[in-house]
Amino acid sequence: MTSSIVATDSVLTIDVGTAHTRAALFDVVGGQYRFIAAGTASTTIAPPFSDVREGATRAIQQLQAITGRTLIASDGSLLTPSLPDGSGVDSIATTLSAGPDLRVVAVGLLQDVSLQSALNLAATSYASIVETIHLNDRRRQAERIDAILRARPNLIIIAGGVEEGASHSIFTLLEAVGLASYLIPKTHRPLVIYAGNSAVRQQVKDALGAIVDLFITPNIRPSLNSEQLSVAQPDLAKVFKTLRASQMFGVSDLEHWSEGRLLPTATAFGRMVRFLGRLYDPQKAVLGLDIGATATTIAAGLQGELILRVFPQLGTGEKVNRLLDHVAAERIVRWIPDETSLARVLDFLANKAAYPHSLPASEEELILEQAVAREIIAAATREAFAEPPFDLPRAHSEVLPWTEPILLSGSVLSHAPTPGQALMIALDGAQPTGISTIVLDQNNLLASLGAAAEINSLLAVQVLESHAFINLGTVIAPVGIARRGSPVLRIRVTYENGRETKSEVKFGSLAAIPLPSGQSAQLHVQPLQRFDVGLGGPGRGGRIRVAGGALGIVIDARGRPLQLAKDPAQRSQQLQRWRAALDK
Amino acid sequence: MIAPILRISPLTTIRRHRELPIPGEVVVRQGQQVEAHDVIAEAQLAPRHIMLNIARSLNVSPDKADQLVQRAAGEVVAQGDLIAGPVGLMQRVVRAPKSGRIVVAGDGLVLMELDTPPFELRAGIPGTITNLIPDRGAVIETTGALVQGVWGNGRAEFGLLHTQLEKPNSHISSDQLDISLRGTILLAGYCADPGVLQRAVEIPLRGLIFSSMDAALIPQARQLPLPVLVLEGFGFHPLNTISYNVLAKAGGRQVALDAAPLDHYQGIRPEVVIPVNTDMPPGENIAEGIDFAPGQQVRVVRNPHLGATGEISTVFAEPMRFPSGLVAPGAEVILKNDQRLTVPLANLERVL
Repeated sequence: MTSSIVATDSVLTIDVGTAHTRAALFDVVGGQYRFIAAGTASTTIAPPFSDVREGATRAIQQLQAITGRTLIASDGSLLTPSLPDGSGVDSIATTLSAGPDLRVVAVGLLQDVSLQSALNLAATSYASIVETIHLNDRRRQAERIDAILRARPNLIIIAGGVEEGASHSIFTLLEAVGLASYLIPKTHRPLVIYAGNSAVRQQVKDALGAIVDLFITPNIRPSLNSEQLSVAQPDLAKVFKTLRASQMFGVSDLEHWSEGRLLPTATAFGRMVRFLGRLYDPQKAVLGLDIGATATTIAAGLQGELILRVFPQLGTGEKVNRLLDHVAAERIVRWIPDETSLARVLDFLANKAAYPHSLPASEEELILEQAVAREIIAAATREAFAEPPFDLPRAHSEVLPWTEPILLSGSVLSHAPTPGQALMIALDGAQPTGISTIVLDQNNLLASLGAAAEINSLLAVQVLESHAFINLGTVIAPVGIARRGSPVLRIRVTYENGRETKSEVKFGSLAAIPLPSGQSAQLHVQPLQRFDVGLGGPGRGGRIRVAGGALGIVIDARGRPLQLAKDPAQRSQQLQRWRAALDK
Repeated sequence: MIAPILRISPLTTIRRHRELPIPGEVVVRQGQQVEAHDVIAEAQLAPRHIMLNIARSLNVSPDKADQLVQRAAGEVVAQGDLIAGPVGLMQRVVRAPKSGRIVVAGDGLVLMELDTPPFELRAGIPGTITNLIPDRGAVIETTGALVQGVWGNGRAEFGLLHTQLEKPNSHISSDQLDISLRGTILLAGYCADPGVLQRAVEIPLRGLIFSSMDAALIPQARQLPLPVLVLEGFGFHPLNTISYNVLAKAGGRQVALDAAPLDHYQGIRPEVVIPVNTDMPPGENIAEGIDFAPGQQVRVVRNPHLGATGEISTVFAEPMRFPSGLVAPGAEVILKNDQRLTVPLANLERVL
């Protein structure tokens, strides 16, 4: 079977998450690719099945039941390619995020240079750093060997030596890696990625090739001032697949079903964002936020460049209480309008960690869950954009870069009872600046589309423009400093029917101007008091055309960074007022 | 939806895999009877190595140093044993600084692994070794009562159970702990008092089982040298009636407390096993069907009804809207007091 656009019509995607496995079907309808339907089942990594195929099969069976289309043959195999009677599917793409963190030892020559690049590469996957080694870590060689042995890594990432620079020093570190690996039983040896100076590839092969499975990639730190993580990502994805196949039954079969197109969910998500980053405004980054049970993934694409950061310690699932390593519990408490003790929040996090797949049935639980989601997004975006590897235009270093659009994925957002709640979580957590369209991936398809893009990039674009995604609204968030209540923005909206509305926005306010889905309007924005909306500098305004969405046009003039009232009673009123503003 | 399983049973057959985290040596045989404290496998989890620079010590080239090494890889050496040399007028030698094993030699260097005590994997429960897992451990089978919980601090012990749980909603405070409890595993109610954990170490107790605990105590509980098991969850939650009925009667019995951290991927939960000697062992409780269905005993795993147990009367065919506004598949559960709850399926686990 080929993978060309001509030969490939229908595409089935399978996404294996920690809690759920989703099967989604895409096909051509009226000459355009469309999302047809999705089936969901519990993921079956754990006993009694201990095999991911069972969950995948159940999800596909549900998809069959929804669509009435036969996808599984009577012998249990997947029907590929599709048959003239409409049964079967032409191509399959799979994404996988479920599984324990990869235990990574990062090795680099200099702590702030190549070691940092090795750490940055690890941060693009579901990795937990269990040890770092560099030339100046003051340990003897035997102590480094012991450190690696104690860390019991799945993967060792070695970086070091700029291109055409000194290379000899790397051999000291290679010796530690080689000896430690040699001392580990063959069946448990880590995989090794070498992503350093390309001049010594052969020596690296000679030193490690007979001991470990070695992946040699182009240098991720070719010079002191440049880092190129993307060159190593295909090999990192291969390593991920290899490790998952050794850890979980059925992964090899999923890989076989999808003809080698199994990707880490975060990689596929990043691919989609990078792809969109080429299509949109070159002055603004496309931002993707995926708040998953396994991890939170932040991806920012701009003119073909990509920032991809995976935060396994910031998932909404079993590691949710590790959020407290990043933020104080008080920061979660402040999002709860009613008086809530710190102890209540700590108990909530611990109970949620024990039962990561449970759902908030009561309003109190929902508010707690959404408060946690806000802080997860805030922590992840803060860390992802603290020191971006390439220049991202923004008002100043303390705020999010200018973005357009922002894509939201993950159950805590897609399952929010109202679009307004999903939007509020994103606004409070990410605190976007300027003018951004906020799009909700209600069917959690983005990563699947990233994987499917390898089969057919047209599919990804056409589905993204379809109704599979909800446009939550266009957010205007001016950046600047002013007295609460003073005017910071004038807005004129000209609707398609010629009607006009004018408003003056006061600092500290949050409001929505209705603009239903399917309609568009001309928006004229004029910042006051040198506020910045990303239209060319402080005080500069302009006209843009905006599309309608669930909440219409949302003007978030609450300030950046967002300040919550310190007094609990005032804060409670503030939160209720904001919630009421987007209560839709 | 596949129903997760929580095992609570007054009498069942229990099989447990005990495995080293890395390959090592299994020291039991199939069919062997073991006690909870018996070692079943050993491995070197935290090896210590030392690199001897032979070339530098003997002041010769690396190639020459390799010729002067007197030991081969794998050879065991005692402290002071000759490793390399003699060479030169002064008959310089290199001796083993400590006892250990030669790992590898070359390039003028010798890497030695020093003798360190191995990690010992214990049986955890008394029973029979039914299967060996090569290089990793064994499967142990026993008969007894089994109560699983939701959180453990990673430690395990075996000892006499003392119950201080008059009713399912009892609280425990440090003034209720005295020296008469020394060496026992204490079953208590809700714990919000850090003094309880402190007193448990001072007395010392052999283990702690709480119906529920404040999450603020987790960091302290993790540091404790004795196992701590939480049965229901965090915050105040009375012990569910099924677990209460099994455990409240077990005072004075020997119990195996395995406060293993929850491992969702391997299906490992912290648990208490109360071994029972019987000539007629029951079979293992096997789930019939894997999805939620009417008639199943279930436990609610999330507030506002966390810990409530009852029986499913209906699994609704269509997703339903809950008070939070969330739409999800749900079921009606009838509690023992005939109260009816509508709960998302995701907030239930089957009790078996």
